[in-house]
Formats: sequence, structure tokens, C-alpha cells
Amino acid sequence: MLNKRVDALSRALSVVKSGDTILVGGFGDIGVPLQLVHALAELDVRDLTLVSNNAGTGEIGLSRLFKNRQVSRVIASFPTQAGADHFKAAYERGEVQVELVPQGTLAERLRAGGSGVAAFFTPTAYGTELANGKEVRMIDGRGYVYERAIVGDVALVKARLADRYGNLRYRLASRNFNPLMAMAARHTIAEVTQIVDAGVIDPDDVHTPGVFVDQVVECGA
Amino acid sequence: MSKGWSDADLAARVAETIPNGACVNLGIGLPTTIVRYVPAGREIIFHSENGIIGMGPDPVPGKEDPDVVNAGKKPVTLIAGAAIVHQADSFSLIRSGRLDYSVLGGLQVSEQGDLANWKVPGTKGVGGVGGAMDLVAGARNVFVMMRHTDKNGAPKLLKRCTFPLTGVACVTTVFTDYGVFDCQNGRFIVRELAPGISVEDVERATEASLDFGQARKVARS
Repeated sequence: MLNKRVDALSRALSVVKSGDTILVGGFGDIGVPLQLVHALAELDVRDLTLVSNNAGTGEIGLSRLFKNRQVSRVIASFPTQAGADHFKAAYERGEVQVELVPQGTLAERLRAGGSGVAAFFTPTAYGTELANGKEVRMIDGRGYVYERAIVGDVALVKARLADRYGNLRYRLASRNFNPLMAMAARHTIAEVTQIVDAGVIDPDDVHTPGVFVDQVVECGA
Repeated sequence: MSKGWSDADLAARVAETIPNGACVNLGIGLPTTIVRYVPAGREIIFHSENGIIGMGPDPVPGKEDPDVVNAGKKPVTLIAGAAIVHQADSFSLIRSGRLDYSVLGGLQVSEQGDLANWKVPGTKGVGGVGGAMDLVAGARNVFVMMRHTDKNGAPKLLKRCTFPLTGVACVTTVFTDYGVFDCQNGRFIVRELAPGISVEDVERATEASLDFGQARKVARS
């Protein structure tokens, strides 16, 4: 019987290797798979490339990966939000390279990565320093910037409900980047509030189909 | 009476400009206060780029939902009839021309309609861009809401921006404590002066080319 449920966070995370690109869902601290991220902070993996909108605040979430010096590269739109002290310290120590990406471009690069699309042209950032060094093209009289898809080794996402097939359902604005991250990685691990029997999530209500999800871990609210 | 508009006057003035049925995104800070000044009988759909279409007013204290926040990560509510989308669809709405108005803060605006609002040169750290570049590239109308001069009294309406750009030729109208300025054909057309503000006041505090042809010099109450 197909069953993607895993009982231990550490077992789910055993796929992560040093040097991997890790996609982490969430916007600020909302919709971040905190238990998975905290368990990752306990593992001896480093030199990670982290793709996430933000870079953690205070002592929780992604902050722990910077505090532990596990991250060498960040792709984010707003890593410097108030409270991102561990990220800022790591950046000032020169440990972390940052690729700053406009939020919508980050989302679209992930959608492309999860959709088998290699690259696209977007009007966002045309004429700004974030387009420096990138190919630009005039299309119908307007300037566009060439952007490549992002594909991760492992995605860590947070959902409200899952079933044994890995079907996911998110809750309200905690959905944010999670469905995109789930589709854009070679291996996707979902931290969920509750695992329910197959069929409980109505087919019309599945946000991310289980074919995009490899493992689900029930962690409560 | 002090000269010019207060922040509250300014928010009310912007709100008055936005027509019934418009889809509107409000930037972090001063623009978010516009919600309070929507004229009675007017229905506006507020979009928040983290994935809310149909954002409502601030929650009653104690009734905050941790999964319902705005782009500034502050608790908000959903109107009856709201929709939740993931980040890629949220920015599809913006870039595809469905967002009627983006209202943002500004550091500098040039007479060509270039906007600088995400980074001050020389500040330490990598900075953060968030969704600003996507909003100005995509919204049908870009409203900038800001003080007419910086805290040292230096002009912010310039011939050319000296700070890093958020977007080129993207600004529709600038609302300042001094008045309303439409950005057209390489100059600012002065559409309205705030109470107590004279043509000379504006000329003294502005570096960019001005056109007073259509200014209503009658003070508004």
C-alpha cells in the first residue's frame, strides 16, 4: 500500500546532503515548516543553498540554519526583515552569498521549475540593478528580463492536511510559496498539522497533488 | 493651520481618487492607512501580494488569525467573498494588468516616471526588494504617496533618480503633502495644490520639471 507518512522528522530529512539546494515555503514566519527546519538545524549538513522569501526572524525557523553556519547561499526577495539578526550576522561575516530576486520573479522561477519550463521573460526589474548582467529583450515595445527556473534538491513545505498519497491542503494565507516549492524540488517533504484518511480531502479541494510530494510528517498545529 | 496635507489628509485624498470596483494593492506603511478612508458606498477589492484577494480591515484584538496576514506580516481579515491564491498566481494578477492601482511609498521619483523606493545607497547589508518591482512593472496605475521633500528638506521629485531604481517610467501620479502631481511626458503636471501651498512653495521644493497649467489653486477644506 502506498504510504508517504513518515513518523520521524530526522528520518524524513535523511535525504538532505551537504551542498543541496533547499526550498523552504513560507512568507515571513507564516507557513514556514518550522519543525522540519528545526530538525534540519540539528543535522550535520552544511554549504546549503536556501531558497525562501525571507531568512528567518529571532531564534526560530531559518534563523537557526544561519546561526549554525549551515547556509552558504540564499535566494530570497526580502532576507533583511526586522528580526533577521542571524541572517544579517552571517552575511556580515561573509559566509553567505545572496541573490536578491523580486518576489513575483521568485514565485515565477519556482513555478517554472516545477512545470518543466527552463526560463521566461518578465517585465519586472527591467532597467534596475537587479537586471544587471541578465539578457534583456524588447517584446512588443516593452523591455523584459530573462529569468531562469529554480529547481531544488529538497523542498520543505507546510500544509494543514495530508493523506497517505501525499495530497496536500493548505490553510488561508499560509499557502503562499508552499505549493510552488512543493512542485519545484526533486524531493518534497511536507510538515502537516494532520494526516487524514485517503478520500477525506475532497478531490476538488486538493491544492498540491501527492505526485509532487514524497513524504508527509504529522506535527500538529 | 499648518501648511499642506497631514498623512491622514493624504490617505483620504488617495482614497478619494480610487474608483468603485477597483483592485488595489497597498504598500507597507502609510499606504495601508488608505483602507480607513474609502468613501461610503464605494467597494474596493484590496489585494495583498502574499496571496489575498479581498483583504478586510484590521482584526478585533484577540481575534487575529495567524494564517491571515498582509504583506507587512501584520494580522488582517478577509472579506466575505475573499479568495486565497499562491504567490505565483498572486503576481500573475499583478503583471497581467488585473491590478488597477498599486500605492507605494517613495524615496525619489523622476520626471520620466522612474521610481526609487527600495534601497538607499551606502546602507549596510544586502537590502530587500520584496514585491515592489513586480508591483510597479505590472499595475495599471502606480500611485506614489510620500512627503514632498526628505527629512533634510531636499527635493524627492527629481530630474533623475540618484538612488537604485525600483522601476523605469512606471509612476502614474505622486501624492505628497504639497499636492497631486501627474507624471506625463517628462514632467509633473500639478493637478492640485494642498491647502496653504503656493506655486512658489512647490517650485522651491521640487527639482523636476513642473507644469502648473491645470493646477487648482483653490484650497481644499
